[in-house]
Amino acid sequence: MSKQLVVNPDKCASCRTCELMCSFERAKVFNPRLSAVTVIDYEEALTSVPVMCMQCEEASCLKVCPVGAISKDGNGAVVMNNDKCIVCKMCVSACPLGNISFSPISRRVFKCDLCGGDPKCARFCSPGAIQFVDPTESPGRKKAVAERFKDVFGEEVPS
Amino acid sequence: MNAWVGTILRVDLASETITKEPLNLKDAHDYIGARGLGTKYFCDEVGPKVDALSPENKLIFMTGPLTGTGAASGGRYNVISKSPLTGTIGAANSGGYFAPELKYAGYDGIIFENASDTPVYLYINDDIVELRDASGLWGKTVYETTDLLKEENGESFKVSCIGPPGENGCLYSGVLNDKHRAAGRGGMGAVMGSKKLKAVTVRGTGSVSVARPEKFMEAIIDARAKLKAHPVGGAGLAALGTQVLVNIINESGALPTRNWRDGSIFDEADATGGESLADKYLVKNKGCFGCSIDCARVTVVPDGPFKSSGEGPEYEAGWSYGADCGVSDLAAICKASFLCNEYGMDPITLGATIACAMELAEMGAIPEEDIGFKLRFGDPHAIVHLTEAVGKNEGFGKILALGSYRLAEKYGHPELSMSVKKQEMPAYDGRAAQGMALEYATSNRGGCHVRGYMTSPELLGVPFKMDPLVTEGKAATLKIFQDLTALIDSAGICLFTTFGLGLPEIAAQYREAVGTDETDEEILFKGERVWNLEKHFNIAAGVEKDTLPPRLLREKLPSGPAAGRVAELGVMLAEYYELRGWDKDGVPTTEKDGATGIKYEAKVLCDV
Repeated sequence: MSKQLVVNPDKCASCRTCELMCSFERAKVFNPRLSAVTVIDYEEALTSVPVMCMQCEEASCLKVCPVGAISKDGNGAVVMNNDKCIVCKMCVSACPLGNISFSPISRRVFKCDLCGGDPKCARFCSPGAIQFVDPTESPGRKKAVAERFKDVFGEEVPS
Repeated sequence: MNAWVGTILRVDLASETITKEPLNLKDAHDYIGARGLGTKYFCDEVGPKVDALSPENKLIFMTGPLTGTGAASGGRYNVISKSPLTGTIGAANSGGYFAPELKYAGYDGIIFENASDTPVYLYINDDIVELRDASGLWGKTVYETTDLLKEENGESFKVSCIGPPGENGCLYSGVLNDKHRAAGRGGMGAVMGSKKLKAVTVRGTGSVSVARPEKFMEAIIDARAKLKAHPVGGAGLAALGTQVLVNIINESGALPTRNWRDGSIFDEADATGGESLADKYLVKNKGCFGCSIDCARVTVVPDGPFKSSGEGPEYEAGWSYGADCGVSDLAAICKASFLCNEYGMDPITLGATIACAMELAEMGAIPEEDIGFKLRFGDPHAIVHLTEAVGKNEGFGKILALGSYRLAEKYGHPELSMSVKKQEMPAYDGRAAQGMALEYATSNRGGCHVRGYMTSPELLGVPFKMDPLVTEGKAATLKIFQDLTALIDSAGICLFTTFGLGLPEIAAQYREAVGTDETDEEILFKGERVWNLEKHFNIAAGVEKDTLPPRLLREKLPSGPAAGRVAELGVMLAEYYELRGWDKDGVPTTEKDGATGIKYEAKVLCDV
């Protein structure tokens, strides 16, 4: 099973380093608007949420593309072939999560491609709000819940 | 263009003319950006004797070459002008998200000239730059102004603005961006208010590029890893914020208590510190743009008489309202500190001014009717009430709005203002950390802890440990720290990166971003150049000589590790001037000016 990006908004410090690193990876410049990940702030709720492509198993963008420019790669990423893409932007409309963007600078459509298996957003996320993990091997939140049960019901084994 | 984006906005508020001019690249190279470059523009264009609150003064917003680049903690800008509080060059530094947005819109900085007749704000949406009517915003707080501008223009706009104290000429009103981040010290808000400029709002969609992308990425990966691994810059500040210092500084006997009158050990310090804050009121921590330190506190006081929410308090505000006012109620300290952000005021100066008023009131120097109630040290309601009074420009607040020096002078005891060059010293007693004493005395913007931060080696052992009680070696270390902080402030990164980074890491990021092959020492020398230019301005402005309040020079600390000590300034100062290449009166010599290339010619056009 390939790894996937998992977000934990509780840990997000809203520093937007993910956006900077993503834009650099994609365009070799720093520009949050060229980033495939966006941090959305909710000031009143005191939280912020990093949002990016979830690499759907049943990807609408892939299905709707009229020229077959979108495919799945070996890392489980839904990737875009710019040579084939005609920039019709149907995928932008089709994505139910709003995670395909159009760059007014390059006049290209772009999305997260997991940086070829080493997503920079996760690598540079200092508080660990974005992690790149194997979904079958990382019971993260399940384990946290289980540990609470353990604290309540568990017993100390005398050594 | 790399690192810098190449354009300066020049805004004449009187004629409402906006021009875009190319960045002066020679000056950018010599003075870096932000604090240094803004000061260079300022000194070239404005006379040192200008009245700080007159239209002839200028107000400069300036980012640095590393702002918005992904450099470690690289999201900062400076607001530069002549300070109405101190009469020195004023340069106040802030993080948050505003500065990178300005660069993404395509501007390294903005120079505001003259004054508008009616309230205006500057609207920047990439290429579209307009002065707009702000009569509906005049009188609004920082929070209200920010919300209203976002409502009007869109959520993606960032806002930097002043509150009512800036409009009313409070001499330590700040310029606040993203609601909670302050270019706080020296009264830059009052200068902005005197120009009837309420706010700047910006949205930018462009890019910032760097000269050597691959090498720059290597440099920032290295810097970020070192910062993360450092006990303070990594886990420490993220867990406890800057308030982590309260107990540490108190244990060193360096936490000034009750207007520095009662020594520097506060018995109730623990109740006001970062650990208590984390236990009681901390909701989560937050980071400025591109920062991994995440020292900001999102804080809620859920109930009680001081029910409130906001960001902070930072250590210096926690001290000014806490130990300095003898207050141990953390909820009151939080609320007073939040009010400073909401109204746009410097909590160091305001808290310390209240502390000064408390001492004057206790000794009977201020008539009770002037204040309106019996003011005493330790009163949590008083710090909140008086902070609001300054914010709203009401009653005794009108006098407090001028700072402790003018307050103490009015009531016949200027010696009880714990200020240097009329700006209040923050939360570290120079008698218990001799290098801090020298730092306060020689700071180019009056009493200040971020023009060198000798606290770090003296009280925290970072990056190396120095005995806080000796004077030997302090001048030499301070000179390097002053030049380094000038470099850091000018580059557009955060001073806290020094909790993990040294000159090699900082210089490497600068070098790869702008594409230069200058050595570390050559890059540090730019910081020295900035320092010397600031000094020239201050001398030409007629600022008082480098000294300390008599209390630090004469009154011995009563207890703690530094018991019996005063600030031994004289010997350190002479050594410092010599190391700086200045004469015995602290004036840069012709030889030094030759080395820095500074030809300071005080502009006469504004002199009076």
